[in-house]
Amino acid sequence: MKKKIAMYWGAGCGGCDVSLLGVHEKLLDLLSVVDIVFWPCAMDFKYEDLEKMEDGSIDIAFYNGAIRTEENEEMAKLLRKKAKMLVAYGSCAMEGCVIGLANLYGREEIFDAIYLNNETTSDGKVPSHELPEFLPVLKTLDSVVKVDAFIPGCPPPAPVLEEALNALLNGETNFLANVALCDECPRRDSKPDKLEIKKIKRWHAVNDDGRCFLAQGIICMGLATRAGCKAECITANIPCTGCMGGIDGLSGTSTISAIASLIDGEDEEKEKEVIESIQDVIGTFFKYSTAKLLPYGRVKDES
Amino acid sequence: MARVGVFVCHCGLNIAGVVDVKKVAEELIKEKDVVFSTTYAYMCSDPGQNLIREKIKEHRLDSVVIAACSPSMHEETFRNATRDLINPYRLEIANIREQDSWVHESKDATEKAIKITKATVEKVKSNEELEPIKIDVERKALVIGGGVAGIQAALDIADAGYEVILVEKEPSIGGRMAQLSETFPTLDCSQCILTPKMVSVARHPNIKLLTYAEVVGIDGFVGNFNVRIKKKPRYVDIDKCTACGDCEDVCTVIVPNEFEFGRKPRKAIYIPFPQAVPAAYVIDEQSCLGIAPLRCGECAKACEADAINYDMQPEYIEEKVGAIVVATGYDLYDKNNLVEYGYGEDADIITSLEFERMLSAGGPTQGKVIKPSNGKEAKKIVFIQCAGSRDKQHKPYCSSICCMYTAKHALLFKHHVEDGEAYIFYIDIRATGKNYEEFIARVMEEERINYIRGKPAKIYRQGDKIVVEGVDTLLGKSVKIEADLVVLAMAIVPRNEAKDVARLLKVAIDEHGFFKEAHPKLRPVEAVTRGIFFAGCSQAPKDIPASVAQASAAASKVIAMFSHEKLEKEPIVAMFGDACTGCRTCFYICPFNAIALDSKGKAYGIEALCEGCGVCVAACPVGNIKLPNYEDEQIKKMVEVILE
Repeated sequence: MKKKIAMYWGAGCGGCDVSLLGVHEKLLDLLSVVDIVFWPCAMDFKYEDLEKMEDGSIDIAFYNGAIRTEENEEMAKLLRKKAKMLVAYGSCAMEGCVIGLANLYGREEIFDAIYLNNETTSDGKVPSHELPEFLPVLKTLDSVVKVDAFIPGCPPPAPVLEEALNALLNGETNFLANVALCDECPRRDSKPDKLEIKKIKRWHAVNDDGRCFLAQGIICMGLATRAGCKAECITANIPCTGCMGGIDGLSGTSTISAIASLIDGEDEEKEKEVIESIQDVIGTFFKYSTAKLLPYGRVKDES
Repeated sequence: MARVGVFVCHCGLNIAGVVDVKKVAEELIKEKDVVFSTTYAYMCSDPGQNLIREKIKEHRLDSVVIAACSPSMHEETFRNATRDLINPYRLEIANIREQDSWVHESKDATEKAIKITKATVEKVKSNEELEPIKIDVERKALVIGGGVAGIQAALDIADAGYEVILVEKEPSIGGRMAQLSETFPTLDCSQCILTPKMVSVARHPNIKLLTYAEVVGIDGFVGNFNVRIKKKPRYVDIDKCTACGDCEDVCTVIVPNEFEFGRKPRKAIYIPFPQAVPAAYVIDEQSCLGIAPLRCGECAKACEADAINYDMQPEYIEEKVGAIVVATGYDLYDKNNLVEYGYGEDADIITSLEFERMLSAGGPTQGKVIKPSNGKEAKKIVFIQCAGSRDKQHKPYCSSICCMYTAKHALLFKHHVEDGEAYIFYIDIRATGKNYEEFIARVMEEERINYIRGKPAKIYRQGDKIVVEGVDTLLGKSVKIEADLVVLAMAIVPRNEAKDVARLLKVAIDEHGFFKEAHPKLRPVEAVTRGIFFAGCSQAPKDIPASVAQASAAASKVIAMFSHEKLEKEPIVAMFGDACTGCRTCFYICPFNAIALDSKGKAYGIEALCEGCGVCVAACPVGNIKLPNYEDEQIKKMVEVILE
């Protein structure tokens, strides 16, 4: 019997839906063993269609995107009810991803920046008519409903996806690599015998010599980020920014402690200088996981 | 299910004066798994230790928390006391003294004590039972520095039957003591009591003496240090040299003699002083012409023993030793720093060590006390104590020996120049050693030395006199002395090279550059790093008896270590899981080189080298390294209890 699957998008960019195409011809194999019962991005389904389904009738529901609005949350809960297995698909559902950076700001600040005071808007106004409520903070899927499995990545890279789909269709939920990206990094052998970071440089400002990015003073999160993507970014000469999530807690906190211990500025003052030269600490280390780092948003300064 | 016993120490009033210890015990018994709690006046005392033992048996305790002083103080005491009853790693100290009662006064201190103790209970419950790691020990010691401290340490260890390598950077051993004239308070001739010891070192079958040599590399760990020593080229074969002096006679290069602080000349080929050990000449390659033999080469022609070899190269020696004694000695604070005493630039303002040489029969003046500016006998001398010591602008500490040697200087001066007048400016007289106070009294009364309490305000030259102006603070009168000679009792500072040695050994030095002992009272001769010991002025200014005593103490520690079949090491070492991805972060940052990489580039720990600092645990980006009994879960639980 074919497995019934569903795919839904919450607050996301749509990249996750497209990413399914990344498995190329293997998609045909996939379609031969599944029935798609709900996928608003690709086919015409309405909320009512889903509501009418029997509870637990969907075998696997994939949810991509984060929980930003009341509607996202409601759909997550509904899918949870209708599906035997709920999978957080992609970085937004898993860790909040780039849009999770919004948890650094309050709702008013966000609306102000988007609808009122920005360079391309004049006479703007905040839309309010019959729209789902915009939640005070962005949430990850697992903070709203129980999640059975996670497929990381922004969007999930093809090798990860293949592995995940094969496993899930066989009822397995434990399919993630348990090592960090350094393990499969093509630049691993260029790691020096001694590594002391004396200056942090930005990627675009360095004439890349092909060695380990950290050895060149460029922040690369591969040492704390889950492997499995086959180092697609590194292969394209771009350092890892951590979309696959961490092995031991958040990849951002792990990378910070690792990089901090590698910084050598001779004395404390100089080390402070090196650390302060890191541009946009949250955006660098928690690009994909701010919603995990700040699940309740930013704590108000009480002073 | 753990059965935890909590023992709260009063430490007299140290803890109980601030913390309500009864309440701590009462609160703790309410905790889950705590089956017994009590307090006692001095837990570390014999009855206190017995109490713990009794209660372990009575209540079948498997874990013990002692709320008392810092674990660096008595953790070992308590673990040893209960070793036969419970695993030592099931006993933990909750520090409610240094981290609580000593730094707080309010009622909150009790609250804090309760929290600290509860958190420790939380930790001990999930502590693993560990066994010490056994390591081999190389029964050979390295002594760095050949002054009296180094000599004593080397002799003591060698006499116990163990091999010693004594490394001295100068061409002869002897150190500062060899430069002194007489020693206080007995007025023994310094050279006469030191020379026999120096000769014993040279003749001792267990001592390998390496002079004109420096330690350039040290790695390894207690029981297993690998040492690299550089022997500078001496250009004279010490086994062939008979110290006849023929070479010196023909040498045409004359330079100032460092041993005499430049107040006497020497040749480019020289023997530092007549009693030098080894009794052999050395060529100073900086000033010698013969290193380019075509230009000179006279000494080689004159040497009948054929001991001179211009082609000598630096020699590197590798040795494996089990213990290291550091005895790098002292220097005097540079008198050029003393702006208030004219930077010491005037020829008639000299340092105490220069005066020692002047008093010495073998010195530049053969014991005559002169004005260096004109060579005439000095009749009136002003001695200034605490020159640079006990002075926040220079060195805040007391140099410990200046009161005594200045009294000795004044006395010897009066013996040399019977109609001489001596004045001593002092802040306090510190004469705490055996027979020291009596010596000072004798100098004051019998020798009629003028002690003036106060520090000179101004020193300047007037004609052929040095004028010293100051205030006698006891009389409240200003004084002005026209002196022939001024002797500055300069502050004692560590040797310049001490910091290099510290870096090689990876041991700490204090803010003034002296080696830092593991505990100022209870472990004063050893470093925190095991297997490294200190002797003499490398650790703090001290006199000869104290240096010798510390050297013997260090030696006995080394001997005690060597008497063990195997050494035991703390089992709190980094443990590696199998999730390593080869990012090398831990490998880069381990301060003890205790992490290596296997053929696949994955990291593993070398437990004998690991000190359990935990740096790698914090740095590992994939959480693959753990420190037993300091696991994340344990620490989280401790934090939770504290935040409750």
